[in-house]
Amino acid sequence: MPVTENWKPTIVAFCCNWCSYAGADLAGSSRLAYPADVKIIKVPCSCRVNPMFILRAFEKGADGVILCGCHPGDCHYSTGNYYARRRMTLLFSMLDYLGVEDGRTRVEWVSAAEGVKFSETMNSFVEKVRALGPNVRLGDLRCKN
Amino acid sequence: MQELIVRAKELLASGQVARVLGWKKGEHSYDPEVAFFNDAESLQDFVYDGFCGANLSKYMIEASKLEGKTLVFLKPCDSYSFVQLMKEHRVDREKAYIIGVGCWGKLDVRKLGAEGILDVEIAGDVLKVSSLYGDSEVAYKDAMLERCHVCKGKEHKVFDETLLESADTVDLDRFAEVERIEAMSPEEKFAYFQSELSKCIRCNACRNVCPACSCRKCVFDSTAFNSEQKANTTSFEEKMFHIIRAFHVAGRCTDCGECSRVCPQGIPLHLFNRKFIKDINRLYGEYQAGADLEEKAPLTSFQTDDAEPGADRR
Ligand code: SF4
Ligand code: SF4
Ligand code: SF4
Repeated sequence: MPVTENWKPTIVAFCCNWCSYAGADLAGSSRLAYPADVKIIKVPCSCRVNPMFILRAFEKGADGVILCGCHPGDCHYSTGNYYARRRMTLLFSMLDYLGVEDGRTRVEWVSAAEGVKFSETMNSFVEKVRALGPNVRLGDLRCKN
Repeated sequence: MQELIVRAKELLASGQVARVLGWKKGEHSYDPEVAFFNDAESLQDFVYDGFCGANLSKYMIEASKLEGKTLVFLKPCDSYSFVQLMKEHRVDREKAYIIGVGCWGKLDVRKLGAEGILDVEIAGDVLKVSSLYGDSEVAYKDAMLERCHVCKGKEHKVFDETLLESADTVDLDRFAEVERIEAMSPEEKFAYFQSELSKCIRCNACRNVCPACSCRKCVFDSTAFNSEQKANTTSFEEKMFHIIRAFHVAGRCTDCGECSRVCPQGIPLHLFNRKFIKDINRLYGEYQAGADLEEKAPLTSFQTDDAEPGADRR
């Protein structure tokens, strides 16, 4: 895909129902801008996101994937986000190790009251992924010519 | 080796065990296979030598469902896998009579340095290889499996009795290779893994041999065919196979080295598992899967002050 001035990355944001999705809602109702290319997928808890979801999103064409959940200690289900945090830490470290997608993945804790944080997070993440360009490496990991 | 056969015959004769799980002579001297022996007579084909790298723990999942006890021989590294399978309630300790066998390093046929091998004679520290193209010699140590150079130790983690003496084989650092890769630039890392992973033919041997990959339903089973063996079902799976598999066994992989041993393409699969192991040790405290039955697994526990994802690179 040719990268032009106007190229817009496709971003998938997994947001937990209780905090981050509500935070996204608040950002919307407060008319805080964040890029329209951010596709939000609502999940019951950040812990619902298994590493395959992230990989699948990349495979389906995402250029960046972000997971948002309640702040540690505030999980609606008490501890879900702690498990999610370990999994994502290991997954991101593995992706770095493979030389793919440094910066294309992120976890951010966003509460229902943090509409501003939600919008700022999305804006900065989109910018970062935009600078990286389209995601090709993960799909090419097994395709040496 | 004779000690093992004698002891197996005794246990069979006394009725303490109903069968024996071990290694049997293969077509050649260098390719013994995993086998069940049901009577004393069949034990004439039993072998235990440098080529018996195969880890028998996984076979105990099925053997746990059989009537009576199974005598199983476990090398030190295999015993970690057995403990891990006990922890996951996949094997029944009561159904196993475990003889921990000594180990002095197992061999990697690919390191014999010959093609068309007809026979290999293990003569102490030297391997005498005869092939279609002539005879050659290799030092035992030089033909050892990678995992034996970084062996976790010669202590059996579970056993009823032990037989044969072990010998120390460690002469490399287990994480040196992972560290070497970590120090590369993203481009170098990518080029390295791309060149390795593009060799994969999706034979699924790494999954099939892996004690941790023993789920009754596996994500890599075909949904289209009622078959365990298959080519990829989706491009997603095809591309991400190694990452997904490594993640599925993260925190449960004992680093038994079987995946790397059986990969027909020689892909260093241990480098995936060991990356996770290294990260887990660094971030969540030293953890060795299969070393302890009670210890909490790193991915099913947490600390409130765990590191944030990607914290290293910010
Ligand atoms: S890793 Fe250790 S115990 Fe296992 S086969 Fe090698 S030397 Fe033997
Ligand atoms: S054993 Fe090797 S070639 Fe076969 S599926 Fe695993 S990585 Fe691929
Ligand atoms: S992933 Fe490889 S080293 Fe780990 S348990 Fe499975 S076969 Fe053994």
